Amino acid sequence: MSDTHSESVAYVRESFIEEQPAPITAAGPFKWVKDNLFPTWLNGLLTIVALYIIYQLLAGFLPWFLGGVWTTGSLAECREVLQGEVGACFSVLTDRWHQLLFGFTYPSEFYWRPTLAFVLLFVALAPVLFFDLPRKMLIFTGLYPFIAFWLIWGGTIFAPLSALLGFVVGYLVYEKFVKSSFAAGFFGGIVAAIVIWTVGGWLIPENASENAMLTAVPSRDLGGFMLNMMLGITCVSLSLPLGIALALGRQSHLPLVKWICVVFIEFVRGVPLITLLFVANVMLAYFFPPGSGVDLFLRVVIMITMFASAYIAEVIRGGLAALPKGQYEAGDSLGLDYPQAMRLIILPQALKISIPGIVNVAVGLFKDTTLVSIISMFDLVGMIRGPILASTDWNGVYWELFLFASALFFVVCYGISQYSQWLERRLETDHR
Amino acid sequence: MKKTIFLGALTVAGLTAGAAAAATLDDVKARGKLNCGVTTGLVGFAAPDSNGEWKGFDVAVCRAVAAAVLGDPTAVEFVPTTGKTRFTALASGEVDMLARNTTWTFTRDVDLKFEFTGINYYDGQGFMVPKDLGVSSAKELDGATVCIQTGTTTELNLADFFRKNNISYEPVPIETNAEGQQQYLAGACDTYTTDSSGLAATRAAFENPGDHVILPEIVSKEPLGPLVRHGDNEWGDVVRWTLNSLVAAEELGVTSANVEELASAAGDKPEVNRLLGTEGNLGEQLGLPADWAVKAIAANGNYGEIFEKNIGESTPIGLARGLNAQWTDGGLLYSPPFR
Repeated sequence: MSDTHSESVAYVRESFIEEQPAPITAAGPFKWVKDNLFPTWLNGLLTIVALYIIYQLLAGFLPWFLGGVWTTGSLAECREVLQGEVGACFSVLTDRWHQLLFGFTYPSEFYWRPTLAFVLLFVALAPVLFFDLPRKMLIFTGLYPFIAFWLIWGGTIFAPLSALLGFVVGYLVYEKFVKSSFAAGFFGGIVAAIVIWTVGGWLIPENASENAMLTAVPSRDLGGFMLNMMLGITCVSLSLPLGIALALGRQSHLPLVKWICVVFIEFVRGVPLITLLFVANVMLAYFFPPGSGVDLFLRVVIMITMFASAYIAEVIRGGLAALPKGQYEAGDSLGLDYPQAMRLIILPQALKISIPGIVNVAVGLFKDTTLVSIISMFDLVGMIRGPILASTDWNGVYWELFLFASALFFVVCYGISQYSQWLERRLETDHR
Repeated sequence: MKKTIFLGALTVAGLTAGAAAAATLDDVKARGKLNCGVTTGLVGFAAPDSNGEWKGFDVAVCRAVAAAVLGDPTAVEFVPTTGKTRFTALASGEVDMLARNTTWTFTRDVDLKFEFTGINYYDGQGFMVPKDLGVSSAKELDGATVCIQTGTTTELNLADFFRKNNISYEPVPIETNAEGQQQYLAGACDTYTTDSSGLAATRAAFENPGDHVILPEIVSKEPLGPLVRHGDNEWGDVVRWTLNSLVAAEELGVTSANVEELASAAGDKPEVNRLLGTEGNLGEQLGLPADWAVKAIAANGNYGEIFEKNIGESTPIGLARGLNAQWTDGGLLYSPPFR
């Protein structure tokens, strides 16, 4: 050590200071609270107000929720147990859960059938939703509608089999003729399928369902959340291809096709869904001969599908319009014909743009299925509003039931929306 | 082309509807099941229990008819209908009869072409108000907001009553009784009006029934009864006399407990014998087996038993017999004689 600076510098530190934790106001939770909750006095005030509101909500909700009664047999017993204390009467859920999920007439010994169909739904949907999975799984997806139909409705296995056969034969015919002309393949396939279905309808004897492996359940016995799920899934999956066809039809150069599509879309979009449902329930009953009328479930599916496909068509038209004209011209200059250009170039891009809109329609449609309760079908809301609230035991229980219904719908709709966000990130291939 | 299809469908529908109307009894027998229209749920009158089995006062009428025609009270397909869909369901042939708290009115009988086959409950429209509103008569309800079910006769009666008394009101339209109950409790309306049986049932479900009063005024006549389509009188007779048999059984002292015994052999009361088919051929005249009334009564008991079991004073609904007592007890129930 030298003495050079011994007079000019009063003090020289000879060792490092030990590492100190940051001051409490500059790090850790305290800093987070300060930065995020109380950065200015106005924000601090807002935080306090917000916390107070949250406290008030929880103070009202939690005692009610946690103090709930789960085991009694009627609302009167609930009140007896609670003795004037605040508390929910969740007993209605334990007593009637099966009716909320499956409707009140679906035979309880067959609850495993829709449950199995529900589980298999995920297997069938997986390859469609996550395209990293092996493509061979799509075979099961193709078979799923027939399996689910057979499981839920039961009856003779020949009905779904002949329906499946119709599709297979239709596809084979399409494959055979499509090389010469798309139209020949398309219409040839449809005709072949219809022929198979008609013949199948003749061949299956009237009483085939009586001693079937799975006992037949008529559609009017379906109900509860199962009905919402079935309507939602069937109508969304049917309306997607129909919507694509309508959107393409609306852009067609053939005036007849174009005008049919325009009139259909504009008419259906201009009419409230509830009106279409009333038509399905009330008006159509006059047009079909009594007794032989088409199943109410089918009538409702047709109406909701029509409704949803018109909306999806408009969403997809937006996607088509967003594509630069160069993409269409690229298809033409490669020498692709119309179906090829659509399948390989236009639709993949247009559909990707349309995903948020399609999901929006799907979520809205799924929630709209509760409207069928107005035409005396017992979906989840119909079960609550009708039979359960009208029973002498549970007349007067509202919050618990509707909370349960909201929870079920929320889980499904939130799941759909999360999936669509994942899908958008996954398909993000451009460099914006 | 659309138009011709439409007209064609109309014609076909008209023809088949006409054909169906002609022989409902045969249709029901051939089907082996009675299609009976009921409400989607009304406390005490019709609602499925936790096993999915329909129970209630109106349901009992369906079961009695099924028992009389088919011999089996469980051979009923209950078709739930709302206030709006009930008449089309009946007119289109989707149901064979409607037992759905339906008020017998002139226009429904004549203009809508239905046939009411009797009255199973004499009701009347009343008002319920919270006690602390301090109202003791419906005439004091000037300017009140009123919860009212749409598409019902109560809606029209309400307008009539307020116009007659020259007072004003603000309607709050609701769809179902459950909704009305909640709206009323939440304070969306000052008073809730519906048939007084419905009010009693609604009030019974409240946490503090004592905080609400049913005002003394009954502003309308609401005779509720089962109905069938116009133009099939044989079927109408079956429903009418099945209902009458339940009423007559109470008057004559025939109950579900003693009906089998009384029907086993002709006793010394001639009208009981004719009713139960041990004498005469009333069943044959209806196109039914001789023991039709025995089956109908055995299904749920006589009128008094049905009333007591579903809506009577021993149930939470707790309705008194009132107008619905036998004529011998000062009520209005009066079955024409079985002879």
